[in-house]
Amino acid sequence: MSLMRALETRDASLLPGRRDEDWRWSDLKSVVRAVPPPSPAAAAPSGPRLLPELSADNEIVVVNGRADTFGFHAVAGLPRTLRLRIVSRADQTAHQGVLTLDLEPGAELTVIETYEGEGSGYLSDFSLAVSVGEGAKLERIVVLDEPADAVSISQSQVELQAGALFTQTVLASGAKLQRHETHVRHPGGGAQVRLDGLYLLGGKRHADLTTVVDHSAVDGVTDQLTKGLAKDQARGVFQGRIVVQEGADHTDARMGHHALLLNDGAEIDAKPELEIYADDVACAHGNTVGSLDEDALFYMRARGMPEHDARALLMEAFVGEVVDRIRHEGARQAAHAWVSDKLRALS
Amino acid sequence: MLSIDNLHVSIGETEIIKGLSLQVPAGQVHAVMGPNGAGKSTLSYTLAGRSGYEVTEGEARLDGENLLGLDPNERAAKGVFLSFQYPLEIPGVPTLTFIRSALNAQRKARGEDEVAAPAFLKLAREAAAKLKIDFDMLKRPLNVGFSGGEKKRMEILQMAILQPRLLILDETDSGLDIDALRIVSEGVNAMRAPDRSMLVITHYQRLLDYIRPDAVHVLVGGRIVASGGPELALDLEKNGYDQYVKAAA
Repeated sequence: MSLMRALETRDASLLPGRRDEDWRWSDLKSVVRAVPPPSPAAAAPSGPRLLPELSADNEIVVVNGRADTFGFHAVAGLPRTLRLRIVSRADQTAHQGVLTLDLEPGAELTVIETYEGEGSGYLSDFSLAVSVGEGAKLERIVVLDEPADAVSISQSQVELQAGALFTQTVLASGAKLQRHETHVRHPGGGAQVRLDGLYLLGGKRHADLTTVVDHSAVDGVTDQLTKGLAKDQARGVFQGRIVVQEGADHTDARMGHHALLLNDGAEIDAKPELEIYADDVACAHGNTVGSLDEDALFYMRARGMPEHDARALLMEAFVGEVVDRIRHEGARQAAHAWVSDKLRALS
Repeated sequence: MLSIDNLHVSIGETEIIKGLSLQVPAGQVHAVMGPNGAGKSTLSYTLAGRSGYEVTEGEARLDGENLLGLDPNERAAKGVFLSFQYPLEIPGVPTLTFIRSALNAQRKARGEDEVAAPAFLKLAREAAAKLKIDFDMLKRPLNVGFSGGEKKRMEILQMAILQPRLLILDETDSGLDIDALRIVSEGVNAMRAPDRSMLVITHYQRLLDYIRPDAVHVLVGGRIVASGGPELALDLEKNGYDQYVKAAA
């Protein structure tokens, strides 16, 4: 892709920007005027910084795009948990990394994937190639929690086999430009996908959650729920596309995106798209952008809650629905704690 | 007790309440009746502290303390409870969480200890049983998908737990069938106490068959134009507001 080529050649003119349809709200070209020099190797930081209360059976740490493995292979048997830390320790430099994640048929894996940064002004690009075998179950919890001046792009290509279950929840707090893309090749055949996201943005942070699900054969399910809050001059972007190919009958696809603007200067851009070439399908999408309900706020205050508490409670209730859908109990609790922490800064 | 003196309230450029005075002694229930547009809802929202209702003159005191400079939540902590004509739906916030947050916020504001979860559950269970509310309903988001009668019962439940000193019932009978009206009224009557004042704001006399007032005031054109005993409500039911509307005009 052009981002990878731009980093390799340090040619900023190759970067995607607003003239590219898929990047029109996340104009990388205007944010990155010159491609920074490559990041040096750095030592792995100690202990997990994000969701620290969660334990995992395995851990992979990627620092400035470098890891001591090419990926992770999950075998059938007992469910396992993998912590995948994507760490940037860089100042004004750029790095890219690639990993693979394979689940053999019948395997069951929960991935806690965190993006964290210690430096400033870095440009990080990370790609994950995921393959989920027949009847395997993958739950992926992605936390993007990076410095306000970072540029962070991540994408995954997810290949599913029949009967697979793939559930994903992306929690993003934004950066100078933060984008997380998920591309799913959906084989139908009873495979199920849940693709959720949440962005909590303040300051001048920008988060872009982009997803594409391609249903290629009969009997596939996709259920998608993304929610977001934007305050100050933050900007949230949601682009969701579900394609149902000819012959992919009995596809059941639902997509919802609901966001709240907490003040006038913030911005939400959303593009939900359903492209349907099959006849017998059940597809629906809903998209709403609003503000906190002033009548509800008055009602809560009239019952004794200070305005700040009332706002916080409404916001938590609004976004809580996304976190509640995480299946892994420990991850769900840890995600709630992370969300509460971010909401404190926004309410 | 509640004491309102020469209250003037404007919304934008328009004056709605024009010199309203009213006293509700502790332990009494007073009804304020009036035609549409008389300023009934403006009065209740002003007492509760809703923004957009600008007090240009006068005061409203609860036990000697002027309410009008306080935030809505501060008034609630002082004991003001407005029962809404249309209680709001609060998506995603379980009823129990909502009431406990409100109770503890009030207690905190008064310098009292918070009520711990087990003690609160006991309190809520007892209050719900008295009002014949299924406890499981309290685990659902407040008022979301509830019927009109259920919403009003949730208001009564909140009153019973929050134990306010001044109850303002704003058109509590609207949207209620007879059975719901009876249950809600019983809940309100159970709240009568020597140290509690109630202001029942209503268009129709019907509610006052269930909640017997000590006094009735007629609100027309932003002023109290007549006051009397319960018989005044019956007179209004029979002869309408026209006699007062003409006199006020």
